[in-house]
Parts: sequence; structure tokens; C-alpha cells
Amino acid sequence: MSHPTARAGAWVTAFLGIARREMLRFLNQRGRFLAALVRPLVWLFIFAAGFRAVLGLSITPPYQTYVLYEVYVTPGLVAMIQLFNGMQSSLSMVYDRETGAMRTLLVSPFPRWYLLGSKLIAGVIVSIIQVFTFLAIAYWWGIRPPVWGYVTVIPALILSGLMLGAMGLFLSSAIRQLENFAGVMNFVIFPMFFASSALYPLWRMRESSPLLHDICLYNPFTHAVELIRFALYLQVNWTSLMVVLGCLAGFFGAAVFMYDPQKGLWARRKGGPA
Amino acid sequence: MTPALEIVDVSHSFGAVAALRSVSLTVPRGGFTALLGVNGAGKTTLFSLITRLYDNRSGVIRVGGHDLRREPGRALARLGVVFQSRAMDADLTIRQNLIYHASLHGIPGRLARPRIAEVLAQVDLADRAEARVTALSGGQARRAEIARALIHRPDLLLLDEATVGLDVKSRAEVLALTRRLIERDGVSALWATHIMDEIAPDDDLVVLHRGAVLRQGRAAQIAGGQGLTRAFLDMTGVAP
Repeated sequence: MSHPTARAGAWVTAFLGIARREMLRFLNQRGRFLAALVRPLVWLFIFAAGFRAVLGLSITPPYQTYVLYEVYVTPGLVAMIQLFNGMQSSLSMVYDRETGAMRTLLVSPFPRWYLLGSKLIAGVIVSIIQVFTFLAIAYWWGIRPPVWGYVTVIPALILSGLMLGAMGLFLSSAIRQLENFAGVMNFVIFPMFFASSALYPLWRMRESSPLLHDICLYNPFTHAVELIRFALYLQVNWTSLMVVLGCLAGFFGAAVFMYDPQKGLWARRKGGPA
Repeated sequence: MTPALEIVDVSHSFGAVAALRSVSLTVPRGGFTALLGVNGAGKTTLFSLITRLYDNRSGVIRVGGHDLRREPGRALARLGVVFQSRAMDADLTIRQNLIYHASLHGIPGRLARPRIAEVLAQVDLADRAEARVTALSGGQARRAEIARALIHRPDLLLLDEATVGLDVKSRAEVLALTRRLIERDGVSALWATHIMDEIAPDDDLVVLHRGAVLRQGRAAQIAGGQGLTRAFLDMTGVAP
């Protein structure tokens, strides 16, 4: 019998199989797609409209002029879609582990870093579909970045999606039961989202609390938002790019470590279904 | 001839609790080997080590001659696993699950499709390919799991209490199917069970108790003149 990992095509087949499964699950769960879309749209249509009147924005890069609050908040909402998608992947990993479906993945002859990486990339593809659907609706709502921005934002979306997905993978390795996922919502998603530049610029934060400003500054989600914001306006925020790349490497390395049977938590776990 | 599976001096513990103690056993090629033990004997832990869900930190596990630690990819490629609990994706149909599993072994769609037809015919589920996993009966679900385990044509089938939760008829069907696969296709099988009726006199038998192998040999020999149940009771001091 030929060894599958010795054939280059087999690696591609394995990736496509994992990506296809993620896509099928996404299509089968229409509620998930709807929720992923409704959440940022509620923020855009209701929250942003309310805040427009009370929140003044000065001209800050990458914007060349004053912008409406809806325009400012759109990259943050795009990142929010990816944050929730990353957490959704994490949730599905925990679900797969509870139902036993993950064992099928883990007994594959391909290395775990490759299997986890494939799952991560598949999740990012799903998130980018969601993002562009949102951006299309936002365009209709009057949020119109430069046309080329829709192209230049793609690499930023890939990197930020990978970082947030890797964070989700890492978290999934530490979550024992599906019930514990509510804790992740309260202690990870909400603090990450609110303590970031997604909803308000950092200089505004500094005015109200220097400590909060520093927290936002060190929050990786802030840098995902800024990477997307700049890319949408045909610019690169190099600091954010470096932070996102660094966090991606860190989170993914930690996830692979945790899922490695020879290391991490799995080596010490007390039996039970995988 | 290289055995299908060779386990040499493998121990495993969870904290202070020893789950397996110096386990050594061999599964010959083309044979049915029953791994008999009561609940908690260490069968599932041993399966988790063979499938690399857990790391074997002591001793050696070789699948088809390939060391699981040194060549995990080559070893896992030869294994087909039927887990104790469901391992198929409930959101997908049987065909979608099988395509997914085939891809995890590097088998592209054009090769997977005829194989899916073949394995579904083998397990008598050809007409249920488009059914979702949740729509299957217990017996059908187990047979679908066996089809999944066969899709990449493994040398060795690991079946961890594959008949748990099945009625008598379904149990007999799953067992007969496994024996048929051995006779017709020459695969080897390690069949973990706690049910004596599933073991035939000519089967190779490994008795696992409290994490240790008490005996390995032909079931008839181990049973002696007193029958397997009596022999098992004498060896372990518990009722199976």
C-alpha cells in the first residue's frame, strides 16, 4: 500500500476534504450564516446610527477626511465577523470532540499541524464569504471604501482570520465541555471586542482612561481591526501586520502543542472519548 | 511474516492510576483476535494508544512493522478504526462522511466514489448512501462506521466494543460482517469485547484485566475443558 503522505496530491486532497466538510456544515447550518450576518448589521444599522450623533471623530489614518461613524465602525464589524467565526470553529471543535467526530480527523495519517492548519484555513474561507456578504450590504447602506480596497483587504482578512481562528483552536484545546463555552463568550469574545479600536478610536480611549487605552493597544484584536481598516483604504499598518503575524504564530503553535498527543493537555487527559 | 500489530511492554497511567501495565500482544495477519476484558480493563486506553490519540511513552507499538512513534503516518495509514461511540459527522450523509474520511487518507473523489459503492455494498448499506447519520438505526450506524473504517483499505481493523448498544440481530450481523471481511479480503482485526459469545473457539484471544495481559492464545486452549466463561472467572475472579 502506498503511503498517502508521500504523495503531494494526497496533501491537497486532505485539505480539500477538510475544507469541503467545513463548507457543507456551514451550508447545512443556515441559522449560523444568518446570525453571523445579522449581528454586525444590527451594530451598523442601529448602534452606529445612534452613536453618530454623540461620537465625534477627528481625522485619523487611514482616513483622509472626516468620516461618518458608520464608516469608522465597519472594519471593526468585519473583524467581529471573523472573531465570532473563529469562536464558532472553536465551538465546533469542542462539539466534534464531545460527539467523537474529531477522532476521525486525528487518526488520519497526516500530521496534526497540517490537519489543524487545514481546518483553520477552511474556517477563514467561510469567514471571508460572510465578510463580503456584509460588505455588500454595507455598500448599499452607503459605506463605500475605494473599489480596490475590496481587493487589498483580502490578504488582511486572511491574516486576521487565521489569527482569530488559531486563537479559537487554542481555546478549544483547553475547553473540556460544550457548556464551558459560555465562559469563553464572557471572558474572551466580549472583552476582546469592546477593549479594542473596533468601536472607538484609541485616542478617545486615552482621553477617558490611559489604562484602558493601553489594554486596547495590547489587544491583538485591535491590530486585526487596524490591519483590515488600513487595507480597506489601500494602506498597510505595519505595526498591526507584525502583531497579527506574531499572534498567529503564537496561537497556532500553542494549538498544535495542545493537540499533540506527545505534549500538551491531551497527553495528560484522563481518558474518555477524544 | 510481520504481524499486523505488535505491542511490546506498553504501560500507561493517568496520574497515579495505572491503566495499562507492561502490555505485550501480537495480532497476526489475516486473523481475528479478540481482546477480552471487563469494563475498565484498559481496552479503550489501549486502543487510544494504538490510534495515537494518546502518546505511548513506554514500550513499542508497531502497525505492519511501522513504529507508531517514529513513523506515525505510515502506521496510521494501515489502520481502520471503529470506535466504541459514534465517530461520524451527524450533520452529513453517509456518502459525505465517507468522502471526507477518504480525503483524510489522501484519496481523491474520483477514486473514492467507486470505493464508497464497494464498501457500502460490503456492509449492505448501498441504498442508504444519501441518508444522514442521524436517520440510521443502531445496527446500520455501526455498519456505516465499519464502511468508514474500510474506505482506505486498511490492513488492520480495530473495533472497540463495536456491538455495544445493539440488539442481538444487529450484533450478530456486525460480527459476521467482520469475520467475512477477514476471510474474503484478508484484513486482520482486533476486536475488543466483554461478551464471551462473540468469541469463537478458533479465534486468537487476549485476556486483559486491570491493565495487564493475563493470557494470549487460541480461545479453545485458554478455555480448556471448562468453557471460556469459567476460565475467565478463574483467571480474573470477576463475572464478565
